[in-house]
Amino acid sequence: MDSLLNTHRPPVFCPGCAHDKVVRGLDKAFVNLDLSGDRIAIVSDIGCSGLFDTFFNTHALHGLHGRALTYATGIKMARPDLKVVVTMGDGGLGIGGAHVLSACRRNLDLTLLVLNNFNYGMTGGQCSSTTPPGAQVGSGFLNRLERPLEICEVAGGAGAPFVRRLSSYDPELVAVIQEALEFDGFSLLDIRGLCPGRYTKRNKQTPKDIQAELDRLPDLSFYQQQNARAEYGSHYRQEAGRLQAAEAPLQIETSCTPPGSGRQEVVILGSAGQRIVTAGELLGLAGMSAGLHATQKNDYPITVMKGHSISECILSSEAIGYTGLDAPSVVLALGPEGAAKRKRMLKELPSASLVLKAAGIELPECKARIAELDFKALQVKSQDFALASLALLAGANRVLNLDMLKAALHFRFKGKALEGSLALVERIASQESPAFS
Amino acid sequence: MGRSFLEGNEAIGWGALAAGCNFFAGYPITPATTVFNTMLQLLPPRGGTCLQGEDEIASIGFCLGASMAGHKAMTATSGPGISLYSEQISFAIGSEIPLVIVNVQRLGPSTGSATKGADGDIQFMRWGSSSGQPVIVLAPSDVADCFLLTMRAFNLAETYRCPVFVAANKEISMTRESVDLNALTPPRVIGRSTADPDKDFLPFAVPEDSLTPDFLPIGGKTLVRQTSSTHGPDGYITTEPELIEKNQERLQAKLEKEVASFTYFQQTGPAQGSTLILTYGVTARAARDAVSALNQDGDRAAVLDLKTLWPVPEALIIERSKAFDRILVVEMNLGQYVREIQRILPNKKVGFLGRMNGELIQPQGIREAVRHG
Ligand code: SF4
Repeated sequence: MDSLLNTHRPPVFCPGCAHDKVVRGLDKAFVNLDLSGDRIAIVSDIGCSGLFDTFFNTHALHGLHGRALTYATGIKMARPDLKVVVTMGDGGLGIGGAHVLSACRRNLDLTLLVLNNFNYGMTGGQCSSTTPPGAQVGSGFLNRLERPLEICEVAGGAGAPFVRRLSSYDPELVAVIQEALEFDGFSLLDIRGLCPGRYTKRNKQTPKDIQAELDRLPDLSFYQQQNARAEYGSHYRQEAGRLQAAEAPLQIETSCTPPGSGRQEVVILGSAGQRIVTAGELLGLAGMSAGLHATQKNDYPITVMKGHSISECILSSEAIGYTGLDAPSVVLALGPEGAAKRKRMLKELPSASLVLKAAGIELPECKARIAELDFKALQVKSQDFALASLALLAGANRVLNLDMLKAALHFRFKGKALEGSLALVERIASQESPAFS
Repeated sequence: MGRSFLEGNEAIGWGALAAGCNFFAGYPITPATTVFNTMLQLLPPRGGTCLQGEDEIASIGFCLGASMAGHKAMTATSGPGISLYSEQISFAIGSEIPLVIVNVQRLGPSTGSATKGADGDIQFMRWGSSSGQPVIVLAPSDVADCFLLTMRAFNLAETYRCPVFVAANKEISMTRESVDLNALTPPRVIGRSTADPDKDFLPFAVPEDSLTPDFLPIGGKTLVRQTSSTHGPDGYITTEPELIEKNQERLQAKLEKEVASFTYFQQTGPAQGSTLILTYGVTARAARDAVSALNQDGDRAAVLDLKTLWPVPEALIIERSKAFDRILVVEMNLGQYVREIQRILPNKKVGFLGRMNGELIQPQGIREAVRHG
């Protein structure tokens, strides 16, 4: 395979720029691996390292600062067969830190080349995430206050199996890039080099200094074993392959006759754990089984195990426009938190409304008729208050009837849950309730 | 066939699937999370990809990469996430990357109220990216719309190679509704216009009869370049003012000149009369209820429910408002789209009714605004 360098667009770096070495090293690695341009996507970040994609005859994507890994992830998931190479500087490393960490944790087969030259070259030599505190940079004293990022240690700690740091002048550069490209998983190379355009104007640094610094740093090779695991993309496809395709949404056929026509608004006020949302859904399904239109809107706090739980349902023989409450025909006040949350609504209830309330629930003064339900006497537990209330309504042909409620239970539950709920509904619906007398 | 009891976000997911979506990435955020949940059920078992990004920026970035590799991609979030998407949206606009963005709006500013609805991002979706170049925004008013407009959003994203917003609202996205998806008439599914892979390819060259470049995916036989930099037809950075100008004007024209072909709306009530209520999204439902009551009382009011919000369907609005004495704009914010209506109808009496307290605008309030406006 020939060189993939774009002869129409030769590198335009400052004389002596280390990036030039990496461009040529990367090209040699491609050649050695016998890769053609159509099998490679180079995703470049912003800054001088962001020019990389233009020097190669490969697929290329040049995007926003720090986000190169995000595009590369999308490309690689869509096209697992491509070699996806990301180039970024120490600037991209800093601004895109969250993406670097996540790429390490994910272990998707990407090769990240960090072109580390200790400063922002393109914008005038400001300090970056890797600038030593003693350096003279375009950010005044600010770099003196921060610690440079040792990216390989961070990446290894975050789960990257292949991390290496090396100098742009290392004779092993091509071999290491090649190894990274061949590695089946995420690989990160911290490639350090000179930026004569900016950094070394004010800071004495030679290839030898870089090598000496690298030699001082601890060995990283143990990460390869410590972090060895399945590559993200193949693992993803393996897991996905075991999944069953989701069934099409449940289809409700009309099988019952509703007790009446018009719009019925039912509000179920309860507390977390009282299966309020399930009851609202059952009511909607019951309405649909009788050919009615239905809506359901729930209200609960971000805490799942405590606080209010409210379900607002509308059943109507006409299409439902406004989904807010106009004049609730029935309110089920089953838990104190829900009732407290809807004080204003309760106060404004019209006289035609019926409120069924569990013992102990405090309600504000209102015009609606209020009936108290003795769930204790009915031997119903708190989590079944809502279903039992629906059964009472069904038994009295109010809003829904027994056929509708049973149809809803059949749609919603299977096996033991179905049996249990059907038994409860039969038992409660047959009770004479003073609420409707 | 029977009806299903679905919330808007589930219908968005099924609509996406029906439109050929095979890539989704998102970051959890109420009230958009159930779009992610739905896509996670739908895509991976069918060979598609559903990812949870480390943040919103990553999620939309994954989508841009996948879209450039030829996948049909969608992401979903709410106001705080759209804020983080902003520069990636600019990338999708300027570099013509097809993408569907679901914005399940919630009450802002900022973190605001996670579980309260609003239509507070209407101008933000249009203008919240650098450059001011246009995007397409479609607004569903019910669960059926969520399904159909998501399909249309994909078709438009593919046709015009641009980001398309589905401007939902917590009040539609998280409200369950009985709906017969089988009774809907879905649009024909459209893919990108692709270039001939055997001919010389310039990634941003525009065919003579179109304003949108033909597409080839990253990863095919032909090498493809994509760049967020100001570029010429070859996809390389350019500083040539003439090239730049031509491209900028094309980016604007390819959507603004074409809006008539994707102006979706629903008009209810008489074709001429006293007040035309201009509204969109969930508020259109209350407006329809108000108008039906007003019509029964002999008041000749009507509703124009705009399902295409951006680019502004100016021709439709001008045409439909002619036969009415007065316009009333109703929206779940303190006055956003009304600015567009005032702009395009300078000689018309334009009233406004807005609300931003996390609650729906009631039919009653709209009736009063019509009567006493
Ligand atoms: S500024 Fe520095 S990094 Fe940029 S091209 Fe010049 S030497 Fe290289």
